[in-house]
Amino acid sequence: MEDIAATVDAKGQSCPMPVLLTSKAAKELAPGQVFLVEATDIGARSDIPAWASQTGNELIESSEEGDVLRFYIRKK
Amino acid sequence: MTEEAKDPNSMTIIAFSGDLDKLWPTMILSSTGAASGMDVTVFFTFWGLFPLVRDDVRITGYDPMTKMLAGMNAPGMKKAKLSKLNMGGMGSWMMRKVAGKNKLMPPEELFDICQDMGVKMWPCQMTMDLLGVEASQMRPGLGEPVGAATALQKMSKSQINLFI
Repeated sequence: MEDIAATVDAKGQSCPMPVLLTSKAAKELAPGQVFLVEATDIGARSDIPAWASQTGNELIESSEEGDVLRFYIRKK
Repeated sequence: MTEEAKDPNSMTIIAFSGDLDKLWPTMILSSTGAASGMDVTVFFTFWGLFPLVRDDVRITGYDPMTKMLAGMNAPGMKKAKLSKLNMGGMGSWMMRKVAGKNKLMPPEELFDICQDMGVKMWPCQMTMDLLGVEASQMRPGLGEPVGAATALQKMSKSQINLFI
């Protein structure tokens, strides 16, 4: 796995916060950098991929471990 | 006449209701739209204007009737009521309590986030005149008050248009 430039901790947060925090983190990174988003909101399972597709950022990988959803995203 | 292309990355919401249950989705969709790179505009009109009044302003209006209307509609976002089963504020208090437990942000905080993210908040000039709401009584950072034609012009170019 590539270097993780930042981690967004959206665990325990409800819609729309995981997406808002993800967008905020993306703004602070340089193009090509990879960051990790962690969330427990089940809605994030579809919301983070939808956000990535809408904004053109690349969802590299997603996984689930217990209640935690993890998304690795490469900034456009 | 050539038809101007609609911007798929533009969303316009007509916030027509001041009810808490309508305000919440308006703020969730606007902030998410801005986070998704959309150009988002919310036009606050009729009852939708009351939530734009600052929470420390108790009453708006220029005569007994408009003052009474303001009293009945409780200006300010923190005082927004549920449209159904508000039960003298008990319903909205319970809803806010449940939302807090589930980490759902209250609409006034989402509103601030929306503004930080560049969502344009347009008050309706006609409603301000009608209800006697002064610009000085409203939240800071709003756009210039506009009318229906400006809202429609924006909507004609937005691919997503909502009336909430």
